[in-house]
Amino acid sequence: MDKEQIDKIVAKYHGEPSALIQILLDIQSENRWLPGEALQMVAEALDVPLTRIQHIATFYKAFSLVPKGRHEIHICMGTACHVRGASRVLDTVEGHTGIKPGETDLDMKFSLETVNCLGCCALGPVIEIDGKPHGRMAPAKALEVLKNYE
Amino acid sequence: MPRINSPGELEAVRREIESQADRAKPCVLICAGSGCIASGAAEVIAAFRAEIENQGLAVDIGTKGTGCHGFCERGPVVVLYPEEICYLQVKPEDVPEIVSKTLKGKEIVERLVYADRATGEKASRESEIPFYKNQQRHVIGSNVRIDPKSIEDYMALGGYTALSKALCDMTAVEVLGEIKKSNLRGRGGGGFPTGRKWEESRNAPGDIKYVIVNADEGDPGAYMDRSVLEGNPHSVLEGLIIGGWAVGACQGFVYVRQEYPLAVENLMIAIEQATEYGFLGQNILGSGFDFKVTVHRGAGAFVCGESSALMTAIEGKAGEPRPKYIHTAIKGVWDRPSVLNNVETWANVPLIIARGADWFTQFGTEKSKGTKIFSLVGKINNTGLVEVPMGTTLRDIIFKVGGGIPGGRKFKAVQTGGPSGGCIPESMLDLEVGFDELSKVGSMMGSGGMIIMDEDTCMVDVARYFLDFLADESCGKCVPCREGIRQMLKILTNITQGKGKEGDIERLEELAEVAGYAALCALGRTAPNPFLSTLKYFREEYEAHIRDKKCPALSCKELIAYYIDPNKCRACMTCSKQCPSNAIDGGKNRIHVIEQDKCTKCGTCFEVCPSRFGAVTKISGAPVPPPIPEEARIITRESKQK
Amino acid sequence: MSEILFTIDAKEVKATEGMTVLEAAKSIGVFIPTLCHHEKLEPYGACRICMVEVETGGRTRIVASCLYPVEPNLVVRTRSQTIDKIRRVLIEEMLAHAPDSVQLDELAKEYGADRDRFEKEPSFCIHCGLCVRYCAEIKKKNALGFIDRGARREISFIPKLAAEECWNCKECFELCPTSALQAAYVLAQALSPV
Repeated sequence: MDKEQIDKIVAKYHGEPSALIQILLDIQSENRWLPGEALQMVAEALDVPLTRIQHIATFYKAFSLVPKGRHEIHICMGTACHVRGASRVLDTVEGHTGIKPGETDLDMKFSLETVNCLGCCALGPVIEIDGKPHGRMAPAKALEVLKNYE
Repeated sequence: MPRINSPGELEAVRREIESQADRAKPCVLICAGSGCIASGAAEVIAAFRAEIENQGLAVDIGTKGTGCHGFCERGPVVVLYPEEICYLQVKPEDVPEIVSKTLKGKEIVERLVYADRATGEKASRESEIPFYKNQQRHVIGSNVRIDPKSIEDYMALGGYTALSKALCDMTAVEVLGEIKKSNLRGRGGGGFPTGRKWEESRNAPGDIKYVIVNADEGDPGAYMDRSVLEGNPHSVLEGLIIGGWAVGACQGFVYVRQEYPLAVENLMIAIEQATEYGFLGQNILGSGFDFKVTVHRGAGAFVCGESSALMTAIEGKAGEPRPKYIHTAIKGVWDRPSVLNNVETWANVPLIIARGADWFTQFGTEKSKGTKIFSLVGKINNTGLVEVPMGTTLRDIIFKVGGGIPGGRKFKAVQTGGPSGGCIPESMLDLEVGFDELSKVGSMMGSGGMIIMDEDTCMVDVARYFLDFLADESCGKCVPCREGIRQMLKILTNITQGKGKEGDIERLEELAEVAGYAALCALGRTAPNPFLSTLKYFREEYEAHIRDKKCPALSCKELIAYYIDPNKCRACMTCSKQCPSNAIDGGKNRIHVIEQDKCTKCGTCFEVCPSRFGAVTKISGAPVPPPIPEEARIITRESKQK
Repeated sequence: MSEILFTIDAKEVKATEGMTVLEAAKSIGVFIPTLCHHEKLEPYGACRICMVEVETGGRTRIVASCLYPVEPNLVVRTRSQTIDKIRRVLIEEMLAHAPDSVQLDELAKEYGADRDRFEKEPSFCIHCGLCVRYCAEIKKKNALGFIDRGARREISFIPKLAAEECWNCKECFELCPTSALQAAYVLAQALSPV
């Protein structure tokens, strides 16, 4: 991300320091992760300490300080999915991709995250890949779904 | 659209919208809530539009994507007006038939109407389906008839007349009085009286005050606020503006989690429309009252549902709670008086103002008035959103509305109140739901999540699950929460893995007690509840795990083994083909055997074994029988011999 | 400022409005243990060691004395069975992180805490935040801050700032109740590319 892009986002919020989280969300959604230089630029543009930005970027789940893979897998671990066996789905996906939640594989193919409720409880267990929900998952079915991604 | 400058102009515009809408004109209403979208509603909407166009009916028949209908289990839900015929689990390929048969020929497509899973009884209208019939849908009911992206739809149903009444016919004190009289209690957590909170802020010193919508619904398994905000955003905005008037606040915030993109989108559109019509901005409806709303997207932290943490987040900081020895109603955002209520609470406000506190108080119990939306999920037939009067029994919600437990399994417990709540056992199913009633049995109302658990759910694992959730979601500031939860989680994990020791229960109890007394905020103080309530009602399960290394629900992975009963296995190869870890030895006419050292206990074999065989079983607390000798594994089939 | 009368451990106290219970206790020589409190810094309320019982309007509550504002006729008890139990368990929880802390050791003796109650996982930090807050509030440098949340929360230096500012300051080192901050600092320096 270059300075111009960052300045544009900052300007959208009139350089208001209280909009820090909103600004980081916009950068995250445009760039899919928060590079260190971007954080430095935001700190200077808003005149807020880098410590505060670092805390926010690691405190909230929406932010990532490392680049993401081509496909983002979100496995719902909400209570409804949990009682319907979501952890068995997670185990299987972990085994297949070789990564744990929060990680990206070496080929940059998949990033894996657990989420706390996608609110599609009727379809549980649910996994979401690149924003598309796949419902009524079971370990073997989840592997079938993953095969469709390159 | 014209700016509306007085109650008279509002009424005129409303009449015009009504007269333009031909009530007899057929309309296809398709649920476009997140749940149905996930089941393919967007494709169904597109199919209807294309098919209606193709058949040359575009002028005569309308289509509309609406807010959430609540019956998520059978989505996508389609309702055909004016006959109110309801079709469930509609797929794009069903659409041509619906258009030809029902819209043109007024004939019902039998296979798409509701059929009771147990009795087979059919119901073709939404109002006749038991799921809907046993509800009282004051707040969520309008969702069905509204395109959330259309302010005119909301106005056609009388939207913003409550605002007009509040601003132009009532004083701020009268509005406050009406809310106090209604006994409305906060629908987001503790059930604090809304009117009292408003009054506290109103009377607090300071010129600048805030009213805030908490749409950071973070309880896993709860999504009623999302459905209201997504499906009827104007009802929340109208409530908020009325609240601003009553409290004396000119600025409102909506704190909405960015994980709800559709809610954010619909809310932004609603704010824009309300501003254009003049329901937001300067001199609203000519009353002299100014009010504006700012949206703050939450970046993903459960703790931000706690009021002081949410306010810290609005200030643009990491959402750490602050001590509340001085209420946030007095010292909130930037230390100014701030009223925070959740989505459902705000959505009740226009109803109370429009219809009066006396109308509202006729529903519910003595101390819990009105209706409450619950999200009924887990091991339940009718997953969905349910709105019933306070005081309805758990049994009625779960069995009459929810349709009971699937697969003939036995009900075990219902978890209410999210991670701060608790599990309620079968013996208490006749409990009437209300704020105080649920607290009395060791759970709480919370925001209205209701997770149904059956005999296959392990209660120790449920406690471990919630503590795991909270260990991740704690802000980490104070010791009893950060360290207490961490230690509790370690002990509970050990128990579920068969490494529990004598004294573990007592250690857990002490950590729970200290967190309950000493944690800084409500998240930490209530964190032990999932443990305490499961211990209270299911102590024997804890003891079985610790003493006998046995999981009675056959759920804890480390304490169970999968086993194929050689007397039942018909060597059909269904399980061996699907096992993701190739742990099943067997073949055609060769009885299958699970190689225990390869098995990852994913449960696939158990799920796929044809029910007529039922050969795969789970064993806990006892050794797995040794595999039968190779020579005994061959099945000779009589039919083949002949 | 109006004068407020109340009692702490049955001793009468005169305090002024806006004072905390902890400050009032100190003014009459009643000792309440603290770990995250510092006179020059804003009250923080994280360690919870200073919890006391307060009785007001017939209702007893357990509150953090470093934050709780004084009020007329308050009855404060700085020790009781419950308070001692809370402090004991909190000390045991913190000892798992900082087994060699002298301050924790002294508290452990006073409250009968079992040093080995919980498995040791020395991170040396009990998250009192004194270093972070001192650097931000007094020195206004913000050279170190908190990162992450829940059980994963830790303190972290901004390497560039630390390289520029910390060597000549080090004022936060002596505030650390586990005496481990210096180690953390050196570590950050070692890892820094500067």
